[in-house]
Amino acid sequence: MQLYDMPDDRGHFGPYGGIFVAETLVEALEELRVMYERFRHDPEFLAEFAHDLKYFVGRPSPIYYAKRWSERVGGARIYLKREDLNHTGAHKVNNTVGQALLAKRMGKPRVIAETGAGQHGVATATIAARMGLECVVYMGSEDVKRQAPNVYRMKLLGATVVPVESGSKTLKDALNEAMRDWVTNISNTFYIIGTVAGPHPYPMMVRDFQAVIGVEAKQQMQEMIGRQPDAVVACVGGGSNAMGIFYPYINEENVRLIGVEAAGLGLATGKHAAPLTANSSVGVLHGNRTYLMQDEDGQIIETHSISAGLDYPGVGPEHAWLKDSKRAEYVAITDDEAMAAFHSLCRTEGIIPALESSHALAYAEKMAATMSPDQVILVNLSGRGDKDINTVAGLSGITL
Amino acid sequence: MSRIKTTFDQLKQQGKKALVPYITAGDPHPDLTVKLLHAMVANGADMIELGVPFSDPMADGPVIQRASERALVHHVGLSRVLEMVREFRQQDNVTPIILMGYANPVEAMGQEKFSDRAQVAGVDGVLTVDYPPEECKEFTALLQARGIDPIFLLSPTTEPARVEVIVNQASGFVYYVSLKGVTGAKNLDIEEVAQKVAEIRTLTDLPVGVGFGVRDAATATAVAAIGDAVVVGSRMVQAVEQSNDQNLVDNVAALMKELRIAVDAA
Repeated sequence: MQLYDMPDDRGHFGPYGGIFVAETLVEALEELRVMYERFRHDPEFLAEFAHDLKYFVGRPSPIYYAKRWSERVGGARIYLKREDLNHTGAHKVNNTVGQALLAKRMGKPRVIAETGAGQHGVATATIAARMGLECVVYMGSEDVKRQAPNVYRMKLLGATVVPVESGSKTLKDALNEAMRDWVTNISNTFYIIGTVAGPHPYPMMVRDFQAVIGVEAKQQMQEMIGRQPDAVVACVGGGSNAMGIFYPYINEENVRLIGVEAAGLGLATGKHAAPLTANSSVGVLHGNRTYLMQDEDGQIIETHSISAGLDYPGVGPEHAWLKDSKRAEYVAITDDEAMAAFHSLCRTEGIIPALESSHALAYAEKMAATMSPDQVILVNLSGRGDKDINTVAGLSGITL
Repeated sequence: MSRIKTTFDQLKQQGKKALVPYITAGDPHPDLTVKLLHAMVANGADMIELGVPFSDPMADGPVIQRASERALVHHVGLSRVLEMVREFRQQDNVTPIILMGYANPVEAMGQEKFSDRAQVAGVDGVLTVDYPPEECKEFTALLQARGIDPIFLLSPTTEPARVEVIVNQASGFVYYVSLKGVTGAKNLDIEEVAQKVAEIRTLTDLPVGVGFGVRDAATATAVAAIGDAVVVGSRMVQAVEQSNDQNLVDNVAALMKELRIAVDAA
């Protein structure tokens, strides 16, 4: 097998990715590309990154054998990569630590970010506070209402949260607004994008910073079971936790890679956030070419998922490439299926998973039932579910 | 010869600068767009930039974002915009029309199909904000094969080596974005614009349009002294936004007249 070597020097993963931005952003992206190329293999930079991941984030995150849950499901043994145990409660912080170190080296005193559920916003506000950087987070006004605890967390950490009133007032509009801020304040501002989307070099850079998940997992699985799992399963919105765990496994041909999108109310209803699984058409949004949920005029349509972190109309361009090249498989899980897996893990393992991660869990459950106990599934448990308790309570008619 | 080149040549002979207003197609209502186009021409517009509504206008400030949202309420997409151009051409076969928009509606229609339909409708130039030259070589060729000029942006941060790459792929004119930021932002620095435009002129013979910060008669006069064309976007759209169906055409016409005088005063 030919070794995987993506993207090219302009950020293309086959026909996907690239740099689709207004001319006003081109120089800023070029500056970032050059700086990242300089530091991505720099021993001092990598040592500082590793140090912060260990002492500030709390890495390595353990892999946990969910024995009771596996037995209850019946079939394959299910292991969980515990990104929920990171500082701030999700994988997002791996990437913000990396980008903030880069911002510091580029001499940018101000960082901005977009956020949907608020996890990336909290992770950015956290690292900005630690490094003494000014921090502005853009968040759709609908999400500000739905995610009040995270909004307050960001404020406690000293960040300014700007509610975005344009468009559908959700994650995609927050991203638009952050881009507008960046183009206006380019000289002193670093834009910390939270997922493997956006113009080059973001999809590659975010993947590289998240790849620590897969690198650790390979070593840990070897230690725990003496081999690699039969399948690695992760949820996909923009797709950063999935890319982080998939990437070190791409050349391991015997390991199936499975990305789980949000089927929302069901693919047939159109109310979902699963552009890969639904075979949506390809287009250009937020600086890259990828699969997009859009109408026949090329307008981006509103998505639906119970999980705010998966509620995005596009997907990282590397996932688009992995789908077409058939190296990874993409499937979708409905709101109801994700909720059932959420409750199931809470009750059998004493772990409250994020609603995003619950999609990966739900698919692992389905899959495990068709496999034998000598087979192993590794699920990326990308975040903890404390942030979701209001949503879950609301579904049961309870107000906290 | 394209209508854009003809227009610039004629203006040069008359010692005048081009006034190029922008409005978003379908704002405030699709039935009014063609009427507005004719009114702008009648009151001093030399060329028109017609915005194609998009759900995610990343390079635009709040004024033009709202225009897109108003047009999208009426589901005005690229097909409908091309129909408007065709309708405009029935009475005006002289004034160049430049479509300005984002890549995704073009990709959804298909680059070749769009190029064919734009040619039939009578489009003269296409500015796709998020297609930098490296990502649209084939599209540029498709347009030019049909006599349509690909228009590209140059920004205050565009280095000379890159200006050369861009002007080699452009035709018609190049559009200098006169400030760092989104459309309609403030604080246009005339000295800086003059310096950068002078630098661009050493690298190309194409006319240079200037826009993204022309807010009033005074800035229009100042910019007209520097560039070959003055593009007025957010200020036009603001006039549309602040009008009602009764006074819309009159208000837009009055603003055009005022800007025409300002541009000719340079």
